[in-house]
Order: sequence, then C-alpha cells, then structure tokens
Amino acid sequence: MLDYATLRVIWWALLGTLLIGFAIMDGFDFGVAGLLKVLGRDNEERQVLLEGIEPTWEGNQVWFILAAGATFAAWPMLYAVAFSGMYLAIALVLLALILRPVGFNFRGKIHDPRWASLWDWVLTGSGLAVMLVAGIAFGSLFLGLPFRFDDDLRMSWHGGFIDLLHPFALLCGLVSLSMLLAHGACFAAMKADHAIAARAVATARWATLVFAVLYVLAGVWLAWGIPGYAIVGPAATEGVSNPLYKQVAVGSSWFAGYMRYPWFWTAPLLALAAAVGVQALVDRRSVAGFLASSLMVGGTIASAGFALFPFLLPASLDPRSSLTVWDASSSRGTLQLMLVVTAVLLPVVILYTGWVYRVMRGRITLDQVRKAHGGY
Amino acid sequence: MIPIDTDVVTLSRLQFALTALYHFLFVPLTLGLVWMLAIMESVYVMTGREVWKRMVQFWGVLFGINFAMGVATGVTMEFQFGMNWAYYSHYVGDIFGAPLAIEGLMAFFLEATLIGVFFMGWDRISRIKHLLVTWFLALGTSLSALWILIANAWMQHPVGSEFNPATMRMEVTSFSEVFFNPVAQEKFVHTVSAGYVLGAMFVLSISAWYLLRGRNLDFAKRSMTVAASFGLAAALSVVVLGDASGYTVSLNQKMKMASIEAMWHTEPAPASFTLFGIPDVQQRTTHYAVKIPWVMGLIGTHSIDETMPGIAELVDAAKGRIGNGIQAYDAMLMLRQDKDNPQAKATLAAHDKDLGYALLLKKYVDDPRQATPADIQKAADSTIPNVPVLFWAFRIMVGCGFYFIALFAFSFWKASTRTLDSQRWYLRLALWSLPLPWIAIELGWIVAEYGRQPWAIEGVLPTALGVSSVSAGQVLTSLGGFVFFYTALAIVDVFLMLKFARKGPDGLGIWPPAITAIPSDRP
Repeated sequence: MLDYATLRVIWWALLGTLLIGFAIMDGFDFGVAGLLKVLGRDNEERQVLLEGIEPTWEGNQVWFILAAGATFAAWPMLYAVAFSGMYLAIALVLLALILRPVGFNFRGKIHDPRWASLWDWVLTGSGLAVMLVAGIAFGSLFLGLPFRFDDDLRMSWHGGFIDLLHPFALLCGLVSLSMLLAHGACFAAMKADHAIAARAVATARWATLVFAVLYVLAGVWLAWGIPGYAIVGPAATEGVSNPLYKQVAVGSSWFAGYMRYPWFWTAPLLALAAAVGVQALVDRRSVAGFLASSLMVGGTIASAGFALFPFLLPASLDPRSSLTVWDASSSRGTLQLMLVVTAVLLPVVILYTGWVYRVMRGRITLDQVRKAHGGY
Repeated sequence: MIPIDTDVVTLSRLQFALTALYHFLFVPLTLGLVWMLAIMESVYVMTGREVWKRMVQFWGVLFGINFAMGVATGVTMEFQFGMNWAYYSHYVGDIFGAPLAIEGLMAFFLEATLIGVFFMGWDRISRIKHLLVTWFLALGTSLSALWILIANAWMQHPVGSEFNPATMRMEVTSFSEVFFNPVAQEKFVHTVSAGYVLGAMFVLSISAWYLLRGRNLDFAKRSMTVAASFGLAAALSVVVLGDASGYTVSLNQKMKMASIEAMWHTEPAPASFTLFGIPDVQQRTTHYAVKIPWVMGLIGTHSIDETMPGIAELVDAAKGRIGNGIQAYDAMLMLRQDKDNPQAKATLAAHDKDLGYALLLKKYVDDPRQATPADIQKAADSTIPNVPVLFWAFRIMVGCGFYFIALFAFSFWKASTRTLDSQRWYLRLALWSLPLPWIAIELGWIVAEYGRQPWAIEGVLPTALGVSSVSAGQVLTSLGGFVFFYTALAIVDVFLMLKFARKGPDGLGIWPPAITAIPSDRP
C-alpha cells in the first residue's frame, strides 16, 4: 500500500509519460503531416509519406485520448480547469483531431487530384495547428493562467483566447513546432522513398538547429524574465485535494527545482545532446535518427515538467488557487486502482503496438505506390 | 457562488446532445459490422473459399469509412466533459474518469492499433493471424462500449461513492460496486445488441438492393444469410434484455419509468400499460389512453403485488428529500468553518444522499437554506422530465424492436429455404427498413439521457450546476463549428457510403475475381 504523496508523485510521472508518449508517437504523424507539401512534391510523393504513417497513426492518436482520459481520472481539477479555461484553443485542437481520421480515410476514396489536394491541406493545417497550440498552451503555464476557485471549488476564468498569445508562449509554440517537424522529418527519412528521404534529412537538420536555438532562448527567458511560483511553507504532500488550503508566493525562479534537485538537469541536457545526435545520425536514414529525435522530444517535455514541479497549473489571478501535485489529484483509492490498471495494461499496449510496427515495417517506395494505384 | 448562466446551460446541453447523438450514428454500426466481418472471415479461414475473404474486404470498405467517423466524433466526447462540464468533471471525476481512462487503455488502443493491420496487413501476415486481428478488433469495440456504459450507468445509478466536504466532490468508496453496477451490465447487453441489429440490417438492406438489381447474386445471398441469423439473435437479445433494462430503470429511476409510462398517479398493483394516449403536462393526465391491464406492473416489477409509484407521489418524495438535503447543505457549510464539528458531521452523514436535492434549489435561490416553500415546490416539480417526449420515444423504439424480430425471423426462414430472392416485396421491405435501427437507437438514448433530467448524476448533481465558467458566446462558437463541420462530414460520409455501396463488389473489382484489379482496401 503506497502512501498518498508517493502515489501523487507516481501519477505526476505517469502524466508526463503519457504526454511524452503522445508527443513521440503522435508527434511524428503531426510532423509528417505538417511537412506534407514540403517533402512531397507531387501527389505520388505525398501518397508515399501518408502511407508511411497510415497503418499506425490511429493507434498513435490514442496516446492523446488516453492522456486526456488519465488526466480526467487522476487529476480531475487539472482536466476541468485546463480544458474549460483554454476553451477556444482546445476547441481548435479538437477540430484538428476530428479532421485527421476522416482526412486519412477519405483522401484516397475519390480519385481526383483536387480532392486529394484538399485533404492534403486539411492534414497539413491540422498538424501545424496542434503542434503550435500545444506548445503555446504549455508555455502559458509558466506565465500563470487567469483563474480562481470559489469556496465550492467552482473555477472562474478571466481571460480570452488572445491572452494566451504572450510572446513567451508564442516562443514555446515555435519550440514545439520546430521540435515536432524535426521529429516528423526523422521519421520520413527512415520510412519514405530515398528521393523523399534525402529532402527529409536536410529538413530534419534545419528544424533541429532552429529548435535547439529557440529552446535555449526559451530557457534563458524563463530563468531571467519570468517569475516562478512557490508554495509558502512546507507542502502538505499528504493533504486533501483542495487547492485553497495553501499559500503561494510569486517571484521566485522557475529554476528553483533545478537548484534543489540537480538531477533535473539530465532532461534539458538530454534534449540538447539528442539534438546533436539527430544532426549526426539522421543521414543514416535508419531508426537511429528517429530514436535521437524521440529522445529530444522526451527530454524537452520532461525539462518543462521539472521546472513546473510541484505546480501543474499556476493561477495568476489568485496564486492560492494554483493546482499542484499535492492538491489537485483524485482520491487515494482512485490513484491506487488506476496505477494497478496502468501497470498491467500499458505494457500490453506497448507490446502489441510494437508487433504492429514490425508487421508494417519497411520503406514505402514510389514504385509500390504506383503499382498499388495503377489498378484502378 | 457564481450565478449560473442559463444560456450557457442550454447551449452546453444542446451541444452535448447533438455531438453525442451524432457520434452514436457511427458507433453502433462499427459495433455490429465488425462482428459480421469476424464471422465472415472465420468462415473464410475454415473453408478456404475466396468469396468469404472478398466479402470481408467489400464490407470492410464500408466499415472503414464508418470507423473513421466514429473515431473522429468520439474524440469530441472525451474532450467535452472538461470543456463544457468543468464543474461536473471536478465533482465526479474521481469516479467517472476511471472507466473512461480504462476504456482508452484496454479497448480504444486495441481497436485503433489493429485497424491498420486489418486493412493493410492481408499480405503481410498469415490467415490465422489476420483472423485473430479481426477478432481482437471486434473484441476491442465491444470492450470500448462496456467501459463507456459503465461510466454512463454510474450517471444513472451512482453507486460506490460518497460526498467529501473537504474536497467538495464525490469520491469513490468501492470500485467493484461501480464496475459491477447492475445497470451497467444491462445497458451493455442492450446497447451492443442494438448495434448488432444495426450492423445486420445494414448488410441485409444493401444486399437486398443488389438482389433487386440482379447484381452480385451469390455474394449478396451469402451476406444476407449471415445478416439474417446474426440479426435474429441480436433482435431477440435487444428486446428481451431491453426488458431487463426496464426492470432496472424502475428500481433506480422510478421517475424516468413513471414518465415513460405517463403514469401521473400510483395505480394499484399490477399497473396497466398505456399502449396509446396523449400525455397532457398541464393537467397531469393522459387523454384517450388505451390501456392493457397488468402488463406494466409485470415489466416494471416482475411481480403482481408490488406497486409502481406515479409522478405525483414521486414529486412528494422529492420534496422530502429536498428538506433533508437542505440540512446536509447547512452541515456542509458548517464543516467548511470548522472541519471537526461533530454535530455537523453527524447531520451530513445522515443526509448526504440527499445533498443533491438541495442543489436543485440553486436554480431558484442562491442559498438553498433560504428557500421558500414555493421554491421547494418548484424544485420538486423540476424533477419531472419531459413526459410526452419520453412517452413517444419509448413506444416508437419498442415498436421498432418487435418489427426487427419479425423481419429477421422472416429473413432467417427465407435464407434457410434458399428463397431470399423469390419475392421482390420482401427485398424492398428489407431495403427500406435500413433507417429504422438508427431511429430506434437514437430514441433509446433520448429515453435514457433526456429521461435522466434534471440530473447529470441522478440524485447527486443537477445538470445546470455541472457547466463550465465559459461564456455563451464561446459555446455558441464551438457549437457553430460543430454544426458546420459535422454537416460537411455527414455529407461526405453519406456520399462515400452510397458511392461504394452502389459500385458494389463487382464494380470495385472485389468479386467475381475474373477482373484482376486490386481492391480498394485502404482505410
């Protein structure tokens, strides 16, 4: 029987794992979709790129659905505040996610270049929108979100869509965009016909370089330009899940956690080392480059999560209302049950996902695509 | 307490109802069709006859179009609780979130991961492995329905949980009670059976159209035979277990049952069933009622001596519960000042099951403790759902159910005697019956969900309190977006479905195999 504080930390780590899983697995789909018109010069080339992700994108997207579902179960207040507060941003992401399944399915159902091109644009647009909005939303957490709770723990939000567009948040949006474009390009380099893969290698190198510069820039800005949040006094790590029982001071540094737990530095260092790895490995056009970009994605998200710890959603209007790991979780019973369920089922999921990738392995060539579609 | 904006409540409810009903146009077809694919592929693997594989591939094309729509519209449902029902998510997320998360882990991952191999793996894995993929795909869809219905059943019959005043939310006391909720089991069987009926009708109707046109004769007759036997079993199950579902409703949601029946006052047991009538909400009576003695009492209580309470009596009972709820509310506020107050703790423990009834008053007065008798009467009256809608929705649904049994039984007889194409009127009937399962299914959800009003969680949380702190303009924006994109997608979906159904296995080069073109089996 684990104590409440430990369960909360485990669920914080699991939330991070699911987000990283989403960013790695679904991120390359978004990246490839976003680069569809850049890497694929004609309909056949775009067909090759899409066939690379077609057999598996649907399972990949479940990482996001699961991250939302697990947040609902383990961090209900986080789910409620984030989804209702950033209402229109989430609605935009939702729209992008709705159009993807039908886009993949419907694109090839009518043989007309205009029809295919329409869905290419839909997939490109939805990929770009999700990558950008996800980064902006994550970045705006460091600025604090304009919400507060009343005594019934009903949240009220005082801001609109435009308020999310702070320059720092926009910078984070670009970090996310360049990171996932690089990741998608690494996948294309591994999976697509060599004619396309050559272009993907160049794109991956550029995008990784841009990412590394912006990422460091965001870190510097965060260290010197953005005040951190801190819980006043010792945190009630075993306390009830009611954010209003604590006091929060604004003005410290978001790097306080890094000073306290030096091992946190492994995350940003991993991200940067992996960026170097992408530069070195991507022209092998093998799984090595893709693994490097996956580590880059994982390290980046972990570094942001570490900086926030123990905060989940800082509240700028009323800092006391901020959601933290210690006061926004589900009850102990729910965390415990969900931990058991996840520990049993997630490895099974990873196992059969691995099997599917193995079955569908191999480079998609232009010849294959021409042959398969010549029959119509 | 932030005043609840009634426009936001209305728009949020409208958006949820539209997106949920829309989502459920696709889900039941997925649920039913996937098992038909599994059956056909099993026959293929057992007999090795190519036509059965081609049947899987042809129906698979239509399945794929529908599956994409189901997945796309399902994402909305997972997001919408947080977006539009934030207080609901906070208030019951401790219990309600778990089955949704488990659905993702256990079921949705399975189906979404395997769907790619189902379509694109025919030449990459052995026959047996592909068959296993199809079976696991089918299992995944049904497991998905199971967990979603466990979550839904908890909204209808919230077991295994209690209110925690320190966190201002419901918290779980027993997950086994939540997972083995009797309402969930009956809802599951009833709902998936309804999906199987729809899947069978889909194959039956389109095949009948081929026979009417004299195309794909062999292919269509085989498909109809599978549809007729699968459909007959499903139709019997949906009606018989619909009855069990009625029985549960009467225990847990007496008000819903009384409204379905338009039973304004308690009748002596066993109550009669109103076959037809015009419910009059103002006068609280049903005009021109045609009643069948005993039937309702038998369905509702499975006994001849138990009475079923009428609407008026249930409103009186609600008044009593509102009174208790006010005491619980008062105790809750005292505990907020002093969390160890023993008297308040005892009062809350005695009445926390009725706390939700005090929350009904928030629609009429800011502080339920200040409610006047008139407010209490209004709140008690608000527990009556929309009687005429429930009355008619239920009757049309049940009528459809009996019609399905008759149609599939007749189809089964014709398939057994190999006379499927002997009578054109039968084929036309089968073709034109296609929309009926959709109508029955949508009405079923209206009975279940609209009949639960004014509650989001029966007896625990009124729907109006569950909304987010968003503006009516924001909800209107998203609602407009949904209406626009869902309409566009519906047009494309119907267009593609018709296109591929019209082309048929012959036009697509799937069967007969003399045409050597490669089938369009990409999703």
